[in-house]
Amino acid sequence: MKDYMKDTDRYGKIWIITAAVIVAMVPAAICIRYNAWPELTAVLKGLMGVAPIFWTVGVIEVITYTPMLGVGGTYLAFVTGNLTSLKAPSALSAMESMGVRPGSEEGEVISTIAIAVSSIVTTLVIAVGVCLLTLIAPLLNSPVLKPAFDNILPALFGGLGVVYISKNWKLSVAPLLFMIALFLAVPSLASSVGVLVPVGVIIALIAARVMYKKGMV
Amino acid sequence: MAFSANSSFLYGIAVLVIIFVLAQSVFFLVRAYRRGVEMGMAKEKLRRVMISSAVFTVAPAVSILLGVVTLSKFLGIPLPWIRMSVIGALTYELPAASSTAKALGVSLSEMVTDPKVYTAIAWVMTLGIMPSILLPPVLMKKIRGGVVKLRSRDEKWGDLFMTSMFLGMISAFLGMVFADVGKGAAGLIPILVLLCSAALMGVCGLLIKKKNMQWLETYAMSISMIGAMVFAVVIAPLLS
Repeated sequence: MKDYMKDTDRYGKIWIITAAVIVAMVPAAICIRYNAWPELTAVLKGLMGVAPIFWTVGVIEVITYTPMLGVGGTYLAFVTGNLTSLKAPSALSAMESMGVRPGSEEGEVISTIAIAVSSIVTTLVIAVGVCLLTLIAPLLNSPVLKPAFDNILPALFGGLGVVYISKNWKLSVAPLLFMIALFLAVPSLASSVGVLVPVGVIIALIAARVMYKKGMV
Repeated sequence: MAFSANSSFLYGIAVLVIIFVLAQSVFFLVRAYRRGVEMGMAKEKLRRVMISSAVFTVAPAVSILLGVVTLSKFLGIPLPWIRMSVIGALTYELPAASSTAKALGVSLSEMVTDPKVYTAIAWVMTLGIMPSILLPPVLMKKIRGGVVKLRSRDEKWGDLFMTSMFLGMISAFLGMVFADVGKGAAGLIPILVLLCSAALMGVCGLLIKKKNMQWLETYAMSISMIGAMVFAVVIAPLLS
């Protein structure tokens, strides 16, 4: 068991560092090819607008999702992106339906398979979509279908919520009530839901610990 | 060399990046599958996980494709294609592009033709997301060690800890659905969609348990998600 995890960690590091280099090479290659290096001040100014939020969210996401997704799943999901809206729900749902425990080696295997398949399918759907863009863009942009894509998160988390809450409803009461009250009181927080994930996690953990100590769960 | 946001050079780079992402995914998939078989997990079950994840991914993937369409209006296709296939998400790429455009005083209402504006946007998108890709290797040992320690010390609490983490995350997204309640009838749409998805999952659960329809387990998440999306299309015109 140890060897598989150790190897996964080693390969994962090699892949993710290579990915970092490749990702950074993309703008560098464009700059070299067109001899068009941007002004440093322009990049810094642009970065100032997003980095404070996104670097913070980045750190939070790594700390929050790594224990959930396991070693292989984490290395893969952080390269392929769309973590909250796709990779994490996909891994969670797979582990739940297989009845394996996250953090165990079985959980590691199932989470990695779910995230890998999800990444492959996403990449292929986007690739096919790009090839057929002129054909499907009007369909994707049609006002009739807009509500479907606008509501993809509630459509996804409704089902996932039932699976988890029905099994552990006592654990879900505190974070759920807190989050509903918070969003009702401050609706503008919806745009920074990523930052609130760890808040929900901390509340759930405190409530779980109290209930566990009292023998309620 | 004249610059175009849709040049074949940029498409070439996009294809190389896509191949890399696919290679990494296939590499991890094959290793995990082999390990699963080695550990005595039934091949049939592992295949079911693969089918279920694949079907479940299609609708969100189309929504990501929609992000490529949005960004392509001013960045061309190759860069958004790269960004949305690696690390990216529209919620990040769009603010990054607008922030840079604002700093440079240019508009994003039409295609970017100045290569320096284009590369500035590309750099901001890239640098802004770097912590997410550089931190996992740095923090992995510590986090993983923490999980193992937690489990070995008190197994029951270890399980509750993980479940609570999931529920904390799910709660944040369920709570978010209530953010638009103050906007009148249209604000109720996300809540109704959520309830529809939950109800469909409930029905699937009942069919699996009571009617012994085990095959449904593979598709339950996809059915509840796509069913709720169709429901959104039906009710949105009535409520907005």
